[in-house]
Amino acid sequence: MTAPDETGIGVDEWVEQSEGRREGHTGFTAPARRLFDKLTPGSRLTLFLLAAATYPFLVRGSDVRIGITILLLAMVALGLNVVVGWAGLLDLGYVAFYGFGAYFYAIVASDQLPAHWPTWIAIPIIVAASALLGALLSLPSRRLVGDYLAIMTLFFAQIFVELVRNFERLPFVPDDLNLTGGPNGIPGVKPFEFFGFEFNGQELLGGTLPTFSRQYYLVLVFLGLLIVGLHNLNDSRTGRAWRALREDTLAAEHMTMPVNRLKLLAFAVGAGIAGLSGALFATVQNGVFPNNFNLFVLIIMYAAVILGGSGSIPGVVLGAVAIAYVPELLRDPTKAGLLFYVGIAVVLFVLVRRWDKIAATVGGVFVLGLVVRFFSSRIWDESILGEVNDTSLSRLLDDWVLNFESQRDVITSYAFVLAIVGVLLVVLATGWWKIAALIPTLYLAILVWENKLVFQPSITRQLLFGAVLVVMMAVRPQGLLGTRRVEIM
Amino acid sequence: MKPILELRSLSKAFGGLQVIQDLDLVVGAGQIVTDDDPVVGQGEAVADLDFSLKPGEIVSVIGPNGAGKTTLFNLITGIYEPDSGDILMDGRSIIGLSPEQVSNLGVARTFQTLRVFLNMTVKENVMAAAYGNTKVGMWGSVFRTPSARREEKQISDLAESKLSFFGERLMGYRWDQPAYSLSYANRRRLEIARAMATNPRLLMLDEPAAGMNPAETHEITELIGQLRDDVGYSILVIEHDMHVVEGISDRVIALDHGVKIAEGSFEEVATNPHVIEAYLGAGAAGTK
Repeated sequence: MTAPDETGIGVDEWVEQSEGRREGHTGFTAPARRLFDKLTPGSRLTLFLLAAATYPFLVRGSDVRIGITILLLAMVALGLNVVVGWAGLLDLGYVAFYGFGAYFYAIVASDQLPAHWPTWIAIPIIVAASALLGALLSLPSRRLVGDYLAIMTLFFAQIFVELVRNFERLPFVPDDLNLTGGPNGIPGVKPFEFFGFEFNGQELLGGTLPTFSRQYYLVLVFLGLLIVGLHNLNDSRTGRAWRALREDTLAAEHMTMPVNRLKLLAFAVGAGIAGLSGALFATVQNGVFPNNFNLFVLIIMYAAVILGGSGSIPGVVLGAVAIAYVPELLRDPTKAGLLFYVGIAVVLFVLVRRWDKIAATVGGVFVLGLVVRFFSSRIWDESILGEVNDTSLSRLLDDWVLNFESQRDVITSYAFVLAIVGVLLVVLATGWWKIAALIPTLYLAILVWENKLVFQPSITRQLLFGAVLVVMMAVRPQGLLGTRRVEIM
Repeated sequence: MKPILELRSLSKAFGGLQVIQDLDLVVGAGQIVTDDDPVVGQGEAVADLDFSLKPGEIVSVIGPNGAGKTTLFNLITGIYEPDSGDILMDGRSIIGLSPEQVSNLGVARTFQTLRVFLNMTVKENVMAAAYGNTKVGMWGSVFRTPSARREEKQISDLAESKLSFFGERLMGYRWDQPAYSLSYANRRRLEIARAMATNPRLLMLDEPAAGMNPAETHEITELIGQLRDDVGYSILVIEHDMHVVEGISDRVIALDHGVKIAEGSFEEVATNPHVIEAYLGAGAAGTK
């Protein structure tokens, strides 16, 4: 059979190339993207594991805890990715399985029960029980999709926290039995122990490695195994069927795929991974408390999956790293300031794009600062004598931006409101008007930052974290390593 | 030899609107190849003529918009349950089975409004449809056991052979492209390849030539003939393009308001006054 219409193929090729052009192979991230695409999945994993394994050597002892948090979030987000990213089921009850695994392990490995279970027995049982719970909870919701499923499963998440918080008051529980410890949680959870070797908070290899590293490497090994297993599963008939389900459930059903069984399996696999992560979390924290499993934790998990790129294993891991590491970075005023100005730079690149305009904006902000300072210091000299935050960046800017000695709160509040008005103007304006609006807005933002926010790390952290997420999602709506979903017919 | 598909006085109404009414239909009963004029649709009566039969036949369903053609497909594949009547596959009733169960019995379909898995690659689209004919469980896949590897290779080969059916169009570099990057016509081809991968005996094509240019329409006509002759499928086609219907049909059925108004060869149906009236309105038949 000859192909009578060569143009048809040409059109397809053009469409595919334009996809490629859009798909991150242009712009300043292109070299990194191309390098990433060249690596095989195995070498990507090896590189990641090597980098992760050297992390404890590069940081001070207590910072290893941050590493453990990151790895745990990566694990639990990978489980969520099975349900949400692959099978396309919006499961808002996922955090309940994480909590279930954590509480299960805490109960069998603390003084809540007279006998401690050996770890190598407890872990498989916890994973199986979590998976079973996931399968059971998916039964009433298997006919539901999208937002209906989300509401139903959200109920499970909420009920889990209430149940553990009020365990001893449940009708079928005797008054003197309080297995979950109620609002006080369960302290004193024993670490994992395999054949006499304890994965406690102690140093590995007689103190040559920093503290907490036993637990760190334990979680890293589990994460590595999980990534391999999930990668294999994704490239199998089950993984393909899940994705087919996500793309078009009705068509999948017509193509021999048992939709309900596959949904149940996705729930079970996700829940099993959550249960395992929960057990690890319980041992790392040495205890479990109801608030460890509230809706905020669920949102963090979702943020990791969505930010990294729903459906992509490396993406989800990267998303977890970003979500768990950025707030830690923001604790340090120097790094927070750095992030603030990097954020401004990114906004500039995204909003303005052209080099001449970027240069004009930066120059404009610089000149505006000098002019304002010149006149302000003549009129009211308290406007430049205020306390300066003790970071090198702030000291550098001290001779340029205003620093109020008195009335600081009032002035920064007005400046903040004006900055928001400025943001609105920037969004509405086009062309050079956009630059004209951008210059005072940026100046006001820096003014507010240097006078107020930099002195209040706790508020700033949340604000800046939110801003970072907004910027990242605006730059790559499909997630850092995700592929753009297309719904065109 | 029992027919692959048999409908017995099938009826379906949506809220008082009768969409399918008392429809009888036999597909894949066999066809005499020695005769110039095929005699088809005689059900079990032709059972003793086994030696001279080949299983594949192409039955076209035509009718104006709203005649109930797609509803008929949805009834057969198990999306809807009929109000009355029976649907038999190989002589067994399939009423009440889910689309998944029906597809595992050997019925595969394409959709009028294309439903490829847009964000999966071309090859994955076809590989996914092999689910029902493969066995490896989740753990086998997680650990990549030897049998899992073997089966994966088989699925891959199956997908490649089905895609190769469409010449160069869906081959080579196309395999790893997402399905959304395909043109409309190629998505139609991909849907057919995907349906073929379920290993069906009855293929149901819902307007396979819609949205294709004349050259492509000609090509798809030849291709549907090949599906019958080379692969041996029985094929039920909904089609509006009368050139396609004329080119491929062993038998044509005309529906109007859910009622079968004509059945027979293309010439018979095309000249049937009821059919002309259904398409062109009352009185049109007389002017012809």
